[in-house]
Amino acid sequence: MRQYVIIGNGVAAAGCIEGIRTMDSKSGITVVSEENRAVYCRPLISYFLEKKTDPERMQYRDVHYYERMGCRVLYGKKAVQIHKENCEAELDDGTFLPYDGLCLAVGSSPFVPRFEGIENVEKKFSFMTLDDAMALDAAVSDNSRVLIVGAGLIGLKCAEGIVGRAASVAVCDLADRVLSSILDTDCAAMMQKHLEEHEMHFYLNDSVKRFEKNTAYMNSGAVVPFDLLVLAVGVRANTSLLREAGGEVNRGIIVNRQMRTSISGIFAAGDCTEGWDSSIGQNRVLAILPNAYLQGYTAGINMAGGSESLDNAIPMNSIGFFGLHAMTAGSYDGDMYEEKTETSIKRLFYKDDLLKGFILIGCHERAGIYTSMIREKTPISSVNFDLLKKAATTAAFSAQIRRKKFGGVV
Amino acid sequence: MKRVYVNEQWCLGCHLCEYNCAFANSGMTDMVLALKGKPIYPRIHVEEGEKITYAVSCRHCEDPLCVKSCIAGALFRQDGVIRIDRKKCVGCFTCVLVCPYGALAPNEDGVMQKCELCLENSSGAPACVQGCPNRAIVYEEREESQ
Amino acid sequence: MGIDFIYPEFEVVRNENRCIACRVCERQCSNEVHSFSAERGIMMSDETKCVNCQRCVSLCPTRALKIVKSNCTLRENANWQNDTIREIYKQAQSGGVLLSSMGNPKPFPVYWDKILINASQVTNPSIDPLREPMETHVTLGKKPDRVRRDEQGNILRELPPQISLSMPVMFSAMSYGSISYNAHASLARAATELGILYNTGEGGLHEDFYKYGANTIVQVASGRFGVHEDYLEAGAAIEIKMGQGAKPGIGGHLPGAKIVGDVSKTRMIPEGSDAISPAPHHDIYSIEDLRQLVYSLKEATEYQKPVIVKVAAVHNIAAIASGIARSGADIIAIDGFRGGTGAAPTRIRDNVGIPIELALAAVDQRLRDEGIRNSVSLVAGGSIRSASDVVKAIALGADACYIATAALLALGCHLCRTCQSGKCNWGIATQQPELVRRLNPETGCERLVNLMTAWRREIMELMGGMGINSIEALRGNRMMLRGVGLNQKELDILGISHAGE
Repeated sequence: MRQYVIIGNGVAAAGCIEGIRTMDSKSGITVVSEENRAVYCRPLISYFLEKKTDPERMQYRDVHYYERMGCRVLYGKKAVQIHKENCEAELDDGTFLPYDGLCLAVGSSPFVPRFEGIENVEKKFSFMTLDDAMALDAAVSDNSRVLIVGAGLIGLKCAEGIVGRAASVAVCDLADRVLSSILDTDCAAMMQKHLEEHEMHFYLNDSVKRFEKNTAYMNSGAVVPFDLLVLAVGVRANTSLLREAGGEVNRGIIVNRQMRTSISGIFAAGDCTEGWDSSIGQNRVLAILPNAYLQGYTAGINMAGGSESLDNAIPMNSIGFFGLHAMTAGSYDGDMYEEKTETSIKRLFYKDDLLKGFILIGCHERAGIYTSMIREKTPISSVNFDLLKKAATTAAFSAQIRRKKFGGVV
Repeated sequence: MKRVYVNEQWCLGCHLCEYNCAFANSGMTDMVLALKGKPIYPRIHVEEGEKITYAVSCRHCEDPLCVKSCIAGALFRQDGVIRIDRKKCVGCFTCVLVCPYGALAPNEDGVMQKCELCLENSSGAPACVQGCPNRAIVYEEREESQ
Repeated sequence: MGIDFIYPEFEVVRNENRCIACRVCERQCSNEVHSFSAERGIMMSDETKCVNCQRCVSLCPTRALKIVKSNCTLRENANWQNDTIREIYKQAQSGGVLLSSMGNPKPFPVYWDKILINASQVTNPSIDPLREPMETHVTLGKKPDRVRRDEQGNILRELPPQISLSMPVMFSAMSYGSISYNAHASLARAATELGILYNTGEGGLHEDFYKYGANTIVQVASGRFGVHEDYLEAGAAIEIKMGQGAKPGIGGHLPGAKIVGDVSKTRMIPEGSDAISPAPHHDIYSIEDLRQLVYSLKEATEYQKPVIVKVAAVHNIAAIASGIARSGADIIAIDGFRGGTGAAPTRIRDNVGIPIELALAAVDQRLRDEGIRNSVSLVAGGSIRSASDVVKAIALGADACYIATAALLALGCHLCRTCQSGKCNWGIATQQPELVRRLNPETGCERLVNLMTAWRREIMELMGGMGINSIEALRGNRMMLRGVGLNQKELDILGISHAGE
């Protein structure tokens, strides 16, 4: 019997539990959960705000999940230190949890820059956890003017969730475009136009110089009065536990493809890590949900003595606003194929006989076929790329690949 | 386990499978009432390449990327079948982004749907298979190299 | 339009209350009858192109379609009927010979339907095939006149080559080219599964089908297409085609458009070249010449395979058959005037040849009279439509029957009679790959096996009713038949009594 400890109770932790259980159905698993909730997926909080889901439906797994998985969950507890010599994790209540395998699935925390006068803003929120969303949900009303700092994935999803419920929603960002981490200029412009059509106002290439109570004075000179402020500037990976234990960290906890950290017996998974990105061929923080689960799952298998490697992680995002979906994956490197209409844009990036990345707005049908080409590094020369450019279709693959994919008799 | 396979050699590209699927999952007993005058949202679709057509539906992968990527925990595997709890789905389309077969698509409400082998509807067995006029779609057990 | 316009023969009736505009009809019609009007949001049809093959009707998921005979009529005239007038218009327009497909559709008498079968009552018990043995097996080939023994008195068992059938039905000649690869595959597989034979027709044997050789009759016709040593060796029997019921006296013409890919390879002629089978065999002008070919083929196959000579049923068929029986042929196949074809000049198809019932009866009688009935087996073809037709044919003297139209119907043919267009929507009479694939041989084979299994059961039922438990005992047993509505001459030729006699 072994003892597994997972710090964190998000999707990476769930992946880790499920990974362990593919190998080891008996040993105990202890999950340390800072939030007083069973696992849920944080990106759902904007849907909660929008009333598209509720805390019950947000449950990532069924009510008997931990029981079925043989997990002990310590709710409301926080790990404060790792004693690697003794293989123990110390919690904030003084408990020591001995482990044979430890997985850090500690996620990230909102990053709040120092704005002048922010301490005097009464109603300010971050937008990371369900508690954040519930607080915002309780505060917003028909006549709320909302200012959101940050036009990234979190900020805009928050804006979408709140726009129908507030008097006005303004979003500002230092970047010159919305979703700057995933969209290029043209694509961002299309998305911005769509968002503006849905009553969002933008202050881009701009930032708050100072707050004076409920008014933001922008660098551009604009003055934005507001009732509620949401800070969604960005997140930072939670690396301190490992760093303080002497482990190697950069912008995230450095993990190899087996999700091992530099300290033996300690694994890490999810938004707190900096792992292999096969699309660029180097390590980076890939703070996206599929990756969190896959990393957790990989870590779990390896913790339990298996041998699993996550070799084809790539950045990919699917994000929709008011029915317009944007999907992106990989890197925007090399030659570009483009198709554009009034309401859609498709950009495929390819280089060295490989599809490297794509941006699809309003034309997401079967996008996974493109994603799989990037992940699996399918040579373009082996497919009918002209057909594939027009539409994501497995018909563009050779009969042999199709046979393999579909197990059919060709 | 038994899966839906397509023998592309015999696919006629008639698209009947799509209509049979949409009807089987409509919950109605009259195909005309179920499908007339509206766009259909089948869980199987016919791929058309050069001189080749074949229907694609969920492969019910052993290692399902969609399940692992679902942000809502709405997709899950049950007795080998990839199922979806449509009440939980929020329509983020991440499954569309990751499915290598293009087997997931939203219905008219923007909620994802996928082939669940007609296990839950009145058809009782895959309607696409039953309605295929040329046995291009079959429901059977096969050795697979996944 | 204008003076050339002929009002379409059929109307496509679409029930708008049922049509869901799924466009299956559009996708399935190689004649492009159906189209979707995006402006109106409904399906449209162009009846001028409809051949009434019923493909759309069969596949419409809501049964929204039917094809009906157009009632746009010319003025009624018992002499100048609509069809006749239309043919005149077509010829006035094209200057060409009219072409048709499948069998003669004209209302000539169908003698099968004027013959009734006997059944046992009281004094001669009938046999229940579910409880008692019933033999449907037949062996075709020359039979010895008498039992021969060696010096020790043992029976000499050497027989000339025979073919063995589990039931007295075979699939008759349809060439690869006139029908599709998948149609051939269906026939070959079904014949093998059933323990009967199918026939290559004059198109050679596709290399994929050599494995079905034990259930294959390889045909040698006037064009000699695809004939080579391996081909002759491959089959269970060799058939010399002298004539075909649908077009006696003329040859065949498979247009170059159909000589593509494997068809060209199998026929051993260049792609795109017309495959023209001459009207006669240019080396056969007499029974003696025929004998030469029969023996050439026997020699080439070391006397291991029976040779069939197939002729069309024509006026002096009895004398012709007698000659063939003396030419060394093991089996004579007679093809009646209602036999099908992939393409024939309409006038020939509809006006040349005689009914198989009369021809068969006449031939059987003539061979008996001449004492040579046992030196050949007789196979009757040319519209055998059911198990009862088979039973009647056997009672008239046939050893077995050839079926083709019935087999094609089992494969999906709806007898639209436009094989010559090469656009068969059922994947049978076409070489277009996207149409050929509509016939999945797995289904095709299964349906043929079903059909033959059903017929075999019916044959057993009919025989049992007569108190007969083997095909052998039924053959030539004309006492089991009676005619209705036939005149004395017809009854005499058929060799049967009138009902009530």
